Amino acid sequence: MSQLFDPARWRPAPFLPEAEARDGALIFVVAVLCFLACLTALGVLAADRAARGWSGQLVGEATVIVRARGGETPDAAAARATEVLAGVAGVAEARALEPEKAYDLIRPWLGDVADLEDLPVPRLVAVTLDDEQPASGAALDRALKAQGLDAVVDDHSVWIDDIRRAAGVVRWAGAGVFLLIAGAAAAVVAFATRAGLAARKDVVEVLHLSGAEDAFIARLFQLRFARIAGLAGLLGAAGAAAVGALARLAGGGEGLTPALPIAWNDLLAVLPCPVLAALVAAVAARLTASALIREME
Amino acid sequence: MSRNPNAAAAIDPAADEVVRFDDVSMRYGRGPEILSDLNFSLAPGSFHFITGPSGAGKSSLLKLIYLAARPSKGLIHLFGHDVSRLTAKTRPHLRRRIGVVFQDLLLLEHLSAFDNAAIPLRIAGAKPADYRNDVAELLSWVGLGNRMHAMPATLAGGEKQRLAIARAVVNRPEILLADEPTANVDHEMALRIFRLFVELNRLGTTVVIATHDQDLVARSSRPVLHLEGGRLTPRGPLGPGGA
Repeated sequence: MSQLFDPARWRPAPFLPEAEARDGALIFVVAVLCFLACLTALGVLAADRAARGWSGQLVGEATVIVRARGGETPDAAAARATEVLAGVAGVAEARALEPEKAYDLIRPWLGDVADLEDLPVPRLVAVTLDDEQPASGAALDRALKAQGLDAVVDDHSVWIDDIRRAAGVVRWAGAGVFLLIAGAAAAVVAFATRAGLAARKDVVEVLHLSGAEDAFIARLFQLRFARIAGLAGLLGAAGAAAVGALARLAGGGEGLTPALPIAWNDLLAVLPCPVLAALVAAVAARLTASALIREME
Repeated sequence: MSRNPNAAAAIDPAADEVVRFDDVSMRYGRGPEILSDLNFSLAPGSFHFITGPSGAGKSSLLKLIYLAARPSKGLIHLFGHDVSRLTAKTRPHLRRRIGVVFQDLLLLEHLSAFDNAAIPLRIAGAKPADYRNDVAELLSWVGLGNRMHAMPATLAGGEKQRLAIARAVVNRPEILLADEPTANVDHEMALRIFRLFVELNRLGTTVVIATHDQDLVARSSRPVLHLEGGRLTPRGPLGPGGA
């Protein structure tokens, strides 16, 4: 085909050059920020799951300390308490722990005492609560008292509150870090837009003086930086997903460690990253370009 | 139009004025006044030169007309609009009625000659299929018919100058402003470019050329606005009748 009649030659070229030398550096910086943001999101999801798991385990269980009263032996008191607790509504299972468990708990304070079995050491009863309608600590306490048992019920409520508070802190801290990184990405794009406008002052000036509306010029930069940030977001999200997948694979069924149980569907959290990065960049570029064009007036 | 700036507005009181300056002064930032107390008007279809030594304010005067600068004092009317009352929405539409050949041409190096010439049409929302033939015809008219897909860097000085002119007139502006359009071309090319302006003026475009080229001014016997120290002076470099 003759060059003169080649349709591509007549297709209008974009007002801004499609690629510039500095694009690579910008893509790298935004990709790193997106990578960090995605890792933060994965970390928050995993920490939230860990906190839910811990508090779920604690909510589902209670520990009862039973002391022998009168002529009753500790083992007999524990057996009676187990029977009473098993009959309380909302209790799935009550199980007296071996006396050795109690001995192990007090041995650090008493030392290696030979006749520990002769001491009136309280016994422990582990109670598994019903998942749907768990019995309250007060209900267990009432049932034990009604049968004349000297027992203390620990429903772990102190620990649960602490864990819930810790999980909340992790969530808020994660959100804060995420917003900080998003802000940094926006600032980087704003600086890049400003530099891009300065480097392309000729384009801005020609379009401006040829009657282009401010929004028309700003939109060129908006689209350009949205495209760059979208690509960078894709790279950053892919990198974070790969790291998350490695962590999941390295840790078997429960993830890298029990403290950070990453699930496969957590990796879906990185999917919005390219779109969000493009949106943040578009807004930052639009605002920066509009402000700079207004300065030219 | 007379070279007497005070008489300029009275050339044809009945005609609409495309440009009117009333006591206009201009300064950049807090610097000294570049232009002082300008009073003149331009009738539609007229042809004027702006002359004066370097630093007299010729380019600044053009900038005021093509809305690239604002006056520090006075009133400017363009096509009957008080430019101080223009909004961000209306200003671009007024600019589209003005074609400008910039002193440094401002050709976009990453666009072909064709795409450079088509910029004002694309901005105005025209589709490539609608303007393709017009732009090609215009480029042929300015002698660039065989250089349409050349990049500006490969064009000679005169070719760049003609490309800048083509871009300035492609959307049939009502006013054509040219800042030193013959500064970097030889005498022969300067005459060719001048003939282009005359031709455009015959088609009804108001033409204003800021130039140092006294020979060009002397040959044309067109009205002259002569600037000295930022003021329009009745004493131009030409003798009576030269304007």
